Amino acid sequence: MMSSDYSTNEMMTVAAARRLKNGAVCFVGIGLPSKAANLARLTSSPDVVLIYESGPIGAKPSVLPLSIGDGELAETADTVVPTGEIFRYWLQGGRIDVGFLGAAQVDKYGNINTTVIGDYHNPKVRLPGAGGAPEIAGSAKEVLIILKQSHRTFVDRLAFITSVGFGEGCDHRQQLGLPGKGPVGIITDLCIMEPEAGTHEFIVTALHPGVTREQVIEHTGWAIRFAEQVIETAPPTEAELQALRALEARTAAAHGQAGGEE
Amino acid sequence: MADIISLGEAISRHVNDGDCIALEGFTHLIPTAASHEIIRQGKQNLHLVRMTPDLVYDLLIGAGCARKLTFSWGGNPGVGSLHRLRDAVEKQWPNALEIDEHSHADLANAYVAGASGLPFALLRAYAGSDLPKVNPSIKFITCPFTGEKLAATPAVRPDVTVIHAQKADRKGNVLLWGILGVQKEAALAAKRCIVTVEEIVDDLNAPMNACVLPGWALSAVCHVPGGAHPSYAHGYYERDNRFYQAWDPIARDREAFSAWIDEYIRGTRDFGEFQQKIAEAK
Repeated sequence: MMSSDYSTNEMMTVAAARRLKNGAVCFVGIGLPSKAANLARLTSSPDVVLIYESGPIGAKPSVLPLSIGDGELAETADTVVPTGEIFRYWLQGGRIDVGFLGAAQVDKYGNINTTVIGDYHNPKVRLPGAGGAPEIAGSAKEVLIILKQSHRTFVDRLAFITSVGFGEGCDHRQQLGLPGKGPVGIITDLCIMEPEAGTHEFIVTALHPGVTREQVIEHTGWAIRFAEQVIETAPPTEAELQALRALEARTAAAHGQAGGEE
Repeated sequence: MADIISLGEAISRHVNDGDCIALEGFTHLIPTAASHEIIRQGKQNLHLVRMTPDLVYDLLIGAGCARKLTFSWGGNPGVGSLHRLRDAVEKQWPNALEIDEHSHADLANAYVAGASGLPFALLRAYAGSDLPKVNPSIKFITCPFTGEKLAATPAVRPDVTVIHAQKADRKGNVLLWGILGVQKEAALAAKRCIVTVEEIVDDLNAPMNACVLPGWALSAVCHVPGGAHPSYAHGYYERDNRFYQAWDPIARDREAFSAWIDEYIRGTRDFGEFQQKIAEAK
């Protein structure tokens, strides 16, 4: 059963959750990625393995963590390992199927900036920095990116590349020798973008229900293009919405806030 | 051999002006009480190392204790910016702060290298990232066996590391559990190591393979219950999320911040008195 009464943020989270296949081993960023990954675990992909950079492997939190190292992640995990080991054995060792990342800014080749707006040495806005993202972007077999779309967050050229997607496009990523395939999808509150074969430029492949091409163009900082076949994202089902809202309600009751959406 | 002494004495004995110092704890067991004591004793010119500067380094930076920061993610988790860090980087207040910025994988590996007595860390990283362009300490070397280009960064060897843990016994052996972060590596990478603990017990009753730091590898153990607040100590208390949120408006404003540390940190004798004062203010 479909529901017509949902927000664009809910559509974004649901669309992102659907991309996570059951059984996949997923390295989860805090905030929106963590919300979508846990929704996947609670709906279509109960056997997804969630790994957080603080050390929990196979975390099954009942509420969304506020920080990347909340106690519940450790308590519900199959095992907890030191942070160095997470990056050395589990990520660099090649055991991560999907890296699930957020971003402050993304460009048309799926490169991510979380470091600085303006000049690095004389910044206009100093952002938190890299965290685990550069190596997740490099070594996970695939990467999914989730963030709200605006012309300020989707920019033609980043002032600073923190975590690489397809670099300058075409075969640049391959030349860099990165083991992972790179970003395979950017999921926003308006649409889904995927890399175009050959150029690796991100183009719109699905519009969420009710969203127009003009809206997407207006909210993108580069001359966004559309795939030959643009499909409409299936709206959230009752089951998806129910699971998402229950998760958010449990989180709010536990923390007094919706959970790690910095 | 670890001396079981007060935190005030440990900081006074082991932390010197100009030292490279690491206060570690990855969202869990963050040694907040130690950062307060460093401010109380007016330590200066410190090179701070920490993966996630968090509130502890926002405090030290805003209080003017730091000249350099080595880090890999500098936000207020779940809340937003670290305003004192940003003010130092963007506007050089209260003084200029040299930034040595890495990724988590890099810095975690740099602690492993430090604990291993190696000069540098080796990892597959940074290809295509702009970080090596702005940080001259991130370099690339070629694998002598395969020819692969890999990243190399200097080992972290702090003069002193401070961590917080759940328990110590009376000989100064320390047990910690839960999210371990890089505490063990940071402790073993340092020349001197101070550990603050929730409690001191007769017997740790540690399971085999538990994370135990032997007292002989440490410099000082200090009994500071609640010393990781507002982060959490697994099995003792939960993260005080309201404090992380309340920190935002305090740290956002220079005067509000200065007034806060004058009253609550410089205006108290030790962490116990600070806790009492904070509780009364609620």
